[in-house]
Amino acid sequence: MSAAVTKPSRTSRTSRPDRPGRRRRVRESPVDRVFLVGVYILLTTFLLVVLLPLWYIVVSSFSSPEAVSAGRVFLWPVDFTLRGYEVVLTNPTILTGFANSFFYTIAGTAISVTLTVMLAYPLSRADFVGRKVLTAAVVFTMLFAGGLIPTYLVVQNLGMLDTRWALLIPKAVAVWPAILAITYFRTAIPDELREAGEIDGASDLRILWKVVLPLSAPMLAVIALMYAIVQWNSYFDALIYLRDDSLYPLQLVLRNILILNTDAGADVTAAIERQQLASLLKYSLIVVSTVPMMLIYPFVARYFTRGLLLGAVKG
Amino acid sequence: MVHTGLGTAGAAPPPVATRGVAMPPPARRWAGGRRGRLRRSIRRHWQLYLLVIPPLLYFLIFQYVPMANAIIAFKDYNVVQGIWGSPWAGLEYFQRFFDNPMFTTVVSNTFLLSLYALIASFPIPIILALALNEIRARFFKKTVQMVTYAPYFISTVIVVSMAILILSPRIGLASELTGFFGLPATDYLAQPDFFRHVYVWSEVWQTAGYSAVIYLAALAGVDPGLYEAAKVDGANRLQKIWHVDLPSITPTIVVVLILSVGSIMAVGFEKAFLLQNPLNLSQSEIIATYTYKIGIQNADFSLATAIGLFNSVINLVLLVGVNIVAKRVTGKGLW
Repeated sequence: MSAAVTKPSRTSRTSRPDRPGRRRRVRESPVDRVFLVGVYILLTTFLLVVLLPLWYIVVSSFSSPEAVSAGRVFLWPVDFTLRGYEVVLTNPTILTGFANSFFYTIAGTAISVTLTVMLAYPLSRADFVGRKVLTAAVVFTMLFAGGLIPTYLVVQNLGMLDTRWALLIPKAVAVWPAILAITYFRTAIPDELREAGEIDGASDLRILWKVVLPLSAPMLAVIALMYAIVQWNSYFDALIYLRDDSLYPLQLVLRNILILNTDAGADVTAAIERQQLASLLKYSLIVVSTVPMMLIYPFVARYFTRGLLLGAVKG
Repeated sequence: MVHTGLGTAGAAPPPVATRGVAMPPPARRWAGGRRGRLRRSIRRHWQLYLLVIPPLLYFLIFQYVPMANAIIAFKDYNVVQGIWGSPWAGLEYFQRFFDNPMFTTVVSNTFLLSLYALIASFPIPIILALALNEIRARFFKKTVQMVTYAPYFISTVIVVSMAILILSPRIGLASELTGFFGLPATDYLAQPDFFRHVYVWSEVWQTAGYSAVIYLAALAGVDPGLYEAAKVDGANRLQKIWHVDLPSITPTIVVVLILSVGSIMAVGFEKAFLLQNPLNLSQSEIIATYTYKIGIQNADFSLATAIGLFNSVINLVLLVGVNIVAKRVTGKGLW
């Protein structure tokens, strides 16, 4: 991901073309050396501050319930066990949450990306009359919104309450990815390609499908990720629009267990054991529910950076 | 593509396929005008217009209809008579909100929380990016970047749960650390005074690495010639950062700043809501959570809408205001 970031290589800057015999690195002045050490210390601190909480959670999730509830876990698992994971992965509520979240994320992302492209492509075309007015109307929604209740009333009037649609449709298109897509279509796809297609007699739709979209894979990946992350992580829409807990996405299930301390399910029998397990279960649950995002993250980070850059160009 | 020449309002013969740009002769301008241009464009690119209809319907239904629905802030909304049939109430609901003792609490909580979040989370990504930009060791640099970036992918629910677990008085990591230095364990989340710190610093923890990326990108675009010049002038690293790096990324900083100030009243509802408990409400109740409680839990739709509207308007005013100031000061704004 740092490919773009490290581009203007420092070494070439410090090299001296007039004296090829000299080593590339010019001797640092003492002030610079001290400064550089400071920079390393600062970055190491950043690194540890971010890493430590994550590490602590993971370590706790592998420790025995007794050690966790006695607060004996610090930087290494105490009495290694997979008990927490066993409970998490056999809990029906949690598994339903996982399944629902996968569905919402995949379906929601598909709907969102499709609608965003349908919006962005026409708005990116200079010969599309009315594009300025429509773009302004879309961007305006970023500045001003009706609010929670007025939106709720719309969802209610459409009969979407307590249906899966309530999580897929009301937030389907976001302005930021749309702007990103418009910018991409306008700047990264050469006009000549489209004109060539037109001369060959291809319709607008055909050009979009056969020429523009295949060339837009990186951008499509970026906006798909943006939507997928939001969808996977959201709980609030489910909280207000859904009553039926068989429709709950994972995040809402997590909130109920982790934050409201609701019972994780009736299948954990003994009350005492349950209480001890409860705190261990939380750690395991955090790890399990974060794994899907962490697995795809290294692969997507690069794309994501590129997407941010695209957005930044516009800003 | 077939050109039938139909329906150009009997005006100019349709310009031969030179698309939009072909200007009608001056005398014809009024006859053809904007309307004619639109009509021709629709006929020629009907597929594009067809394509754009569903997303526009989305914006109409889920963005603009709610804006119209916000009218119930000025009405005594009841389900039977509906949004438009309910009787007018004037400014009664706004008055009720302003007179409510909660008004001062939620408005100041919202404002202070956002301001604190803004001040704390604004400089750190910049510092992180500048520091990363100084490092040559690729592995170390990549590691720091990957690790600080990762929390962005963790959900708010999980971040809050982690905060609760880590800060829990008896068994959490925090009390273990303070215990190491001989300090007593504290129940941070039960104390109103700690709510803001927990909120803001968990936010910084989660987003600093992500926000740094945009500055790193800006730094990568700095003209190497500037560094050469600074070197010739005998600048040390710190001076180089101060005189080359910072000025180079100022436009980016300004844009990010405007955007953050614009959303100062739109403080992350979801997180505050999750971190709330009956003990810290005196500082954790913000406009958004209050709206939720009034609207969804108490079903007082008109009052909740009035509160939401009040918030939206302040937000808009702030954004527009900041943009004006930014334009004056730096010559750059969002629009």
